[in-house]
Amino acid sequence: MEEETPVTVTTPPHTPSGTQPPRVPIRIVTGPAGAGAAAMPAPQPGEPGGHGEPGGHGEPGNSGNSGEPATTVRLEAISCWYGGFRAIRDVSLDIERRRITALIGPSGCGKSTLLRTMNRMNDLVPSFRLAGRVTFDGVDIYGRGVDPVVVRRRVGMVFQKPNPFPKSIYDNVAFGPRINGYRGKLDELVERSLRRAALWDEVKDKLRQSGLSLSGGQQQRLCIARTIATEPEVILMDEPCSALDPRATLQIEELMAELSRDYTIVIVTHNMQQAARASDTTIFITMGDDRAGYVVERGPTLRIFTNPEHRLTEDYVSGRFG
Amino acid sequence: MTAHPAGPVAAPAAAAPRFEPSLMRRKLAGTVFLGVCLLAVGLLLLTLAVLLWDILSRGVPWLDAQFLTSGPSRRAARAGVLPALVGSIEIALLVALITFPVGVAAAIYLEEYATDGRINRLLRTNISNLAGVPSIVYGIFGLALFVRGLGLGFTLLAGALTLSLLILPVVIIASMEALRAVPHAQREAAFALGGSRWQVVRGSVLPAAAPGILTGIILAMARAIGETAPLILVGAVTFVTFLPNPIASGYTVLPIQIFQWAGDPREDFQSLAAAAITVLLVLMFVLNALAIVIRARLSRHLTW
Repeated sequence: MEEETPVTVTTPPHTPSGTQPPRVPIRIVTGPAGAGAAAMPAPQPGEPGGHGEPGGHGEPGNSGNSGEPATTVRLEAISCWYGGFRAIRDVSLDIERRRITALIGPSGCGKSTLLRTMNRMNDLVPSFRLAGRVTFDGVDIYGRGVDPVVVRRRVGMVFQKPNPFPKSIYDNVAFGPRINGYRGKLDELVERSLRRAALWDEVKDKLRQSGLSLSGGQQQRLCIARTIATEPEVILMDEPCSALDPRATLQIEELMAELSRDYTIVIVTHNMQQAARASDTTIFITMGDDRAGYVVERGPTLRIFTNPEHRLTEDYVSGRFG
Repeated sequence: MTAHPAGPVAAPAAAAPRFEPSLMRRKLAGTVFLGVCLLAVGLLLLTLAVLLWDILSRGVPWLDAQFLTSGPSRRAARAGVLPALVGSIEIALLVALITFPVGVAAAIYLEEYATDGRINRLLRTNISNLAGVPSIVYGIFGLALFVRGLGLGFTLLAGALTLSLLILPVVIIASMEALRAVPHAQREAAFALGGSRWQVVRGSVLPAAAPGILTGIILAMARAIGETAPLILVGAVTFVTFLPNPIASGYTVLPIQIFQWAGDPREDFQSLAAAAITVLLVLMFVLNALAIVIRARLSRHLTW
């Protein structure tokens, strides 16, 4: 992964630096850097970079931010259980900032479970239990005093099946900002989010129509716009294209590439071509005889698909297994 | 034969026919079933038509402004349903005011907050059982608790509280069903945007469940409006010539007025009963129409 060229972005992304609304209590920082410090516990002193770096604000595209740690989410020796069933065994991995990381692996190996530990969505499952540490910019998100509600605003999620609310397109996008107490100009934020999700041109004349009136691909982009609207830093995508046709899939992949300038993206996919096409880093997960998932191999996507180190990875990416 | 290259292909042809090709018989079964269904619907419609004809043909001639604006009288020509109509509407409003918040809140707790433990299951089972308790039992309970225990006396408020208890289980069960019908993905979506549990319920689940909840409440209300037995016990009287004050006075409602007139041996009073039934039917019709309109408005966006 280190040998990979960093994504250099010369043009500032068209999100917001200039359009940033005036008084924003939740400190909207368009890029991943330093946001949310208002809500999350302060980062650990060992990491001086990123946070509050002057000039880092509002210029998210400049991934030059050298002081910023390269890792956003880090899983340390994670094990997960659903009741008595162990779904994940001792997984450690890093998610790199402003890259697209793909989690691939056979059905039922725990990819989604792993993804959901990163925004504490699994907390909603009563029988779920987790051991190990998940940190986000150095802060233990399962730590004492950390509210999952705050974590989830900063680590957004897009689901397998498009799930817009049965509300208007506008209200779908505005939902997150509203519940999180956004006090800027909502119209601007909605437009910006829809533009960012490459949906604005298609819906700008029908913002009052139901989100469910859109096609599947449009609905998924609406869900992405909805996620972006809460200004997260990480976007988790759980097989976001599995319910979409190839054209819509391609649109989403292009969108992901575009978004990865500003956001850290983690995608779970069953579609190996998708992982190969759309990700920078690939993590291959499989399960042992007890059906607990573990990480087999992690590396730059190109290497994982062309020159995997592990036999299991090779079998999987070449379609001999899984 | 197994060794023969053509074996697998030839074998089925040689064996006995495996499919029953009689299309006729299958289609006949379908036609018969359709016939049975139509018969059931027809029977129902016929009953309804006879009932309506009987009531309307006797009642409508008595329906006039005088009937709607005066109280009961010993003389049929001067009798009217105003106090009963107003009593019914007042009771309906009070019942709605009481059952809506309590019933929906209970349903939200049971569906969205309570963990699926033994106590919760016991609660659910008991609520279902309460829905099956005869209404007269609620009347006795209302008499003991509201009329005597809380000292409300034989007032309309006591009657409304009793009826509320009666329909609460129905409201709770209907609301729980409506909440359960909201796809789990809707909750996840709201949680993933950083919603607290209340925000998820308020912003995502409740709007999606609202049409179902409303339907349940209106159906329960229709039941409350038509209920007679418990109200007899908690003090609805049959001869009320004034408009009821919910907390201070006696009252009557349409079903009780109907009950009294229908039991009168004089033909004219029985026709008055038919006229009052017509009024009650119209009231229910208006209520149901209202429910449909509200439901349609609320579910404009719901199309999953």
